[in-house]
Amino acid sequence: MTQDKHANRCSPDVRPGRLDAATIEKNFGDIRPPLSPAAALVEADRCYFCHDAPCTNACPTGIDVPAFIQKIRSHNLPGSAHTILRENILGGMCARVCPTEVLCEEACVRNGSEGGPVRIGLLQRYATDPVYEQGLPVFERAPETGKRVAVVGGGPAGLSAAHRLAMLGHAVEMFCRDAKLGGLNEYGIAAYKTVNDFAQREVDFILGIGGIDVRTGMSLGQDVSLAELQQRFDAVLLAVGLGDTNELGVPGEDLDGVQNAVDYIAQLRQAGDKSELPVGRRVVVIGGGMTAIDIAVQNRRLGAERVDIVYRRGPDQMSASGHEQELAKSEGIVLHHWARPVAFRGDNWLREVEFERTRQEADGRLSGTGETWTLDADVVFRAVGQTLSDDDGTSAGSMLRAGGKIRVDARRRTSIPGVWAAGDCVAGHDDLTVTAVQDGKLAAIDIDRWLRANEEDADPWQT
Amino acid sequence: MADLSSNFLGIRSPNPFWLASAPPTDKAYNVNRAFEAGWGGAVWKTLGEDPPIVNVSGPRYGAIHSNERRVIGFNNIELITDRPLALNLEELRQVKKDWPDRALLASVMLPMNEQAWATCIPMIEDTGIDGFELNFGCPHGMSERGMGAAVGQVPDYIRMATEWAKKFARVPVIVKLTPNVANILPPAIAAAAGGADAVSLINTINSIMRVDYDTLTMYPATDGLGSHGGYCGPAVKPIALHMVAEIARHPETRGLPISGIGGITDWRDAVDFLALGASNLQVCTAAMVYGFRIIDDLTDGLARFLDAKGMTSISELVGRAVPSVTDWKFLNLNYVEKAHIDQELCIKCGRCHIVCEDASHQAITDMVDGKRRFEVIDAECVGCNLCTSVCPVEGCISMRPLREGEDPRTGRPVTAEKLNWTAHPNNPMRKQTD
Ligand SMILES: Cc1cc2nc3c(=O)[nH]c(=O)nc-3n(C[C@H](O)[C@H](O)[C@H](O)COP(=O)(O)OP(=O)(O)OC[C@H]3O[C@@H](n4cnc5c(N)ncnc54)[C@H](O)[C@@H]3O)c2cc1C
Ligand SMILES: Cc1cc2nc3c(=O)[nH]c(=O)nc-3n(C[C@H](O)[C@H](O)[C@H](O)COP(=O)(O)O)c2cc1C
Ligand code: SF4
Repeated sequence: MTQDKHANRCSPDVRPGRLDAATIEKNFGDIRPPLSPAAALVEADRCYFCHDAPCTNACPTGIDVPAFIQKIRSHNLPGSAHTILRENILGGMCARVCPTEVLCEEACVRNGSEGGPVRIGLLQRYATDPVYEQGLPVFERAPETGKRVAVVGGGPAGLSAAHRLAMLGHAVEMFCRDAKLGGLNEYGIAAYKTVNDFAQREVDFILGIGGIDVRTGMSLGQDVSLAELQQRFDAVLLAVGLGDTNELGVPGEDLDGVQNAVDYIAQLRQAGDKSELPVGRRVVVIGGGMTAIDIAVQNRRLGAERVDIVYRRGPDQMSASGHEQELAKSEGIVLHHWARPVAFRGDNWLREVEFERTRQEADGRLSGTGETWTLDADVVFRAVGQTLSDDDGTSAGSMLRAGGKIRVDARRRTSIPGVWAAGDCVAGHDDLTVTAVQDGKLAAIDIDRWLRANEEDADPWQT
Repeated sequence: MADLSSNFLGIRSPNPFWLASAPPTDKAYNVNRAFEAGWGGAVWKTLGEDPPIVNVSGPRYGAIHSNERRVIGFNNIELITDRPLALNLEELRQVKKDWPDRALLASVMLPMNEQAWATCIPMIEDTGIDGFELNFGCPHGMSERGMGAAVGQVPDYIRMATEWAKKFARVPVIVKLTPNVANILPPAIAAAAGGADAVSLINTINSIMRVDYDTLTMYPATDGLGSHGGYCGPAVKPIALHMVAEIARHPETRGLPISGIGGITDWRDAVDFLALGASNLQVCTAAMVYGFRIIDDLTDGLARFLDAKGMTSISELVGRAVPSVTDWKFLNLNYVEKAHIDQELCIKCGRCHIVCEDASHQAITDMVDGKRRFEVIDAECVGCNLCTSVCPVEGCISMRPLREGEDPRTGRPVTAEKLNWTAHPNNPMRKQTD
């Protein structure tokens, strides 16, 4: 089925308006609609209020899940929201984008007793939605400390840190390369996971605490240097995410039609009218993570006729969860495993991709079998991971790296005293919104401790 | 947020939630954990004379569950403390020292002779406790020995024992009442007459949970035999609320401070007790069923509620609903309500129809113009609230007052003039006005 070929295709079939605007709007509606009050109460009643709850332990930000569910049950939604947001200030976004099936909900003891977890993500959304809808203040700032902290990056890690620091009384200045804050919440997350401009409403809520001065369109490395920040501020936090994308290093990669998934997604997220986006008829996605699934599903929902995902290893090695793989399949997307691209072909514009079958050797290495096959394609999306950009100013000076990312200790301190790093740009971080939030929180807590102790830490690596 | 700090009889605590005398306050280990979790106070598991009593080593507890396995009602045949008095006193002294800002009270149960009170009360008070609670409520076991509910059911005994306690105690004395009486007022009046600083209620209610369907013996049982136990938990709250409100509104007991107990599980239950006249709250079953961490929801929810009502302290809430409690004979018989079904919200389950058809006044349709549709027939509706009670959709059926025109059921004009039973023409004993 993957071998079928269409001969004589001369012009690429890439165009806007494959589906009418109304259908596209429907396709990009809320993928997991919110619970009604009655449904939320029934769902909340399913929580066993476990001791040392497995769900709380599975949540990277450590939200006290049984406690917030108990407050839903007792009709105390503001209290419930407070319980969530005090651990995770982006609890609203996380309720929408967390892969709960491998986090809190996977840990729910109900899986064992009846094969289905308490729907914690949806309950979390139910408890927090009123905060953004009614603009309720949840936290107050402590008295000003007179300390100033620079936060570079306006994604989940930066926002989480900025909020915590502001709450603790420090003055925060946030530098952000993009025109809008939110990082990948605004430019990366699949559109149907965060509808109705939710990312910006959440940003507004976070900034509502006060004490956070925002400078958008300011790039570290271009508009401001690390040395300058170190001089002007008492502490600096780097939360710049991953600015560069990996290339495949395959002949023909520079043909028109071969694109970065994240760039297209950013375009899609910012598009006023999605029916004006160019969409290929036959789309091939290379990669095995969340980005691969997202670009594939969104292209299908924009009207691409056929979408194939090709991943070089097996289903179990995909970083996209089983739930997400199922979502792709339910959209009619074909998942191919154990194959890698070896050539992109076409005249100016891409026409087809040649793949070689792969297998895993006994030592774990991947090797090609020499056997090849091809897929017709108008568009290929690269979704094979992002890396720290070299010109973002974090490579300046003596900052140590590990695996191409910034090296930090458990407190999120870099090798440069007075400089912390958090989120995707940090080595060893699993790239999720919720872990970025936790990272930012931990960094902020340590910065606060450091500022208060006025600690002259000669050796930032000592614990 | 609103200030929850409480001053009950001069005993201060950071919030009005105390743990009732029961297993959660059995020893220092539990009470320390409770205070760490944020409880405002604790009434120590009831102390008695040595030698300590002996508990059964079989099941002490039984529960009634909802289908979701939530505990709705709970029963026990546990007696008072089974530890030596000296050990309890030593721990009381230490806990009070470690937690000076929390309320720590000793519950006591002593035999009906003055000497016992003269000996024990000063000895217990010496630990530094903030007050006493006299357990006249335990309905099982101890009552067979002439204590607990056996005292609480005889007002003269209550008065006598309260007088003894007051004679030998310098700290406040609370009398804990049993609900196993026909009328809660005589015991409350007797406590007040004996000099009690406050009453607390309710203790548990006589109960048998069920039978074992295999053996056809009562359940739970100890080696084939069972004994009635004390019933508590969410199921008993309405009984407790009634008794609290009776004491709060009766001329002879009005103003007597009340510590409300019985089924408090979340903060809304606390609002019920406070509004109906309690100014302090005690909790047992909820802590036994969920652990001490429920205090978070209790305090957070109560504080937010006070904020939403523009109240700054619990004292503004205490007794707020008491004036709305009255005798049946004073209810306005001219007032008319009719049920109304919101067709937008109706899910067409038909439950309102069948209950009204079978058990009330045949006032809800099941078919209109050949279509499944549930509408109230005003000419039949007596405003009884049964349909609202069974409707699974909150807010779908509401009771609406009839303000003008005539009641299609009786044909009588609706009037703003009030008429209660005392003056109603059908009442042969009615008071003649004019
Ligand atoms: C397509 C896609 C889909 C995803 N879907 C999910 C999902 O469903 N669920 C989930 O949990 N996770 C998902 N993730 C991962 C998640 O989005 C990231 O892990 C998370 O956003 C990381 O947060 P961060 O703050 O570290 O970085 P980012 O969100 O990348 O934010 C980086 C910030 O730094 C700024 N910046 C960058 N360089 C500079 C500079 N030089 N100077 C100043 N500012 C700079 C940027 O403008 C941005 O504000 C997805 C990722 C992608 C790419
Ligand atoms: C297992 C158990 C033991 C109890 N022991 C005592 C006791 O020793 N002294 C006492 O005054 N009340 C005792 N009680 C009664 C409680 O203090 C409380 O009055 C009653 O349970 C109602 O409150 P609740 O619905 O919050 O449980 C006991 C209750 C239970 C469930
Ligand atoms: S594990 Fe499941 S049942 Fe237990 S507390 Fe968490 S959500 Fe509730």
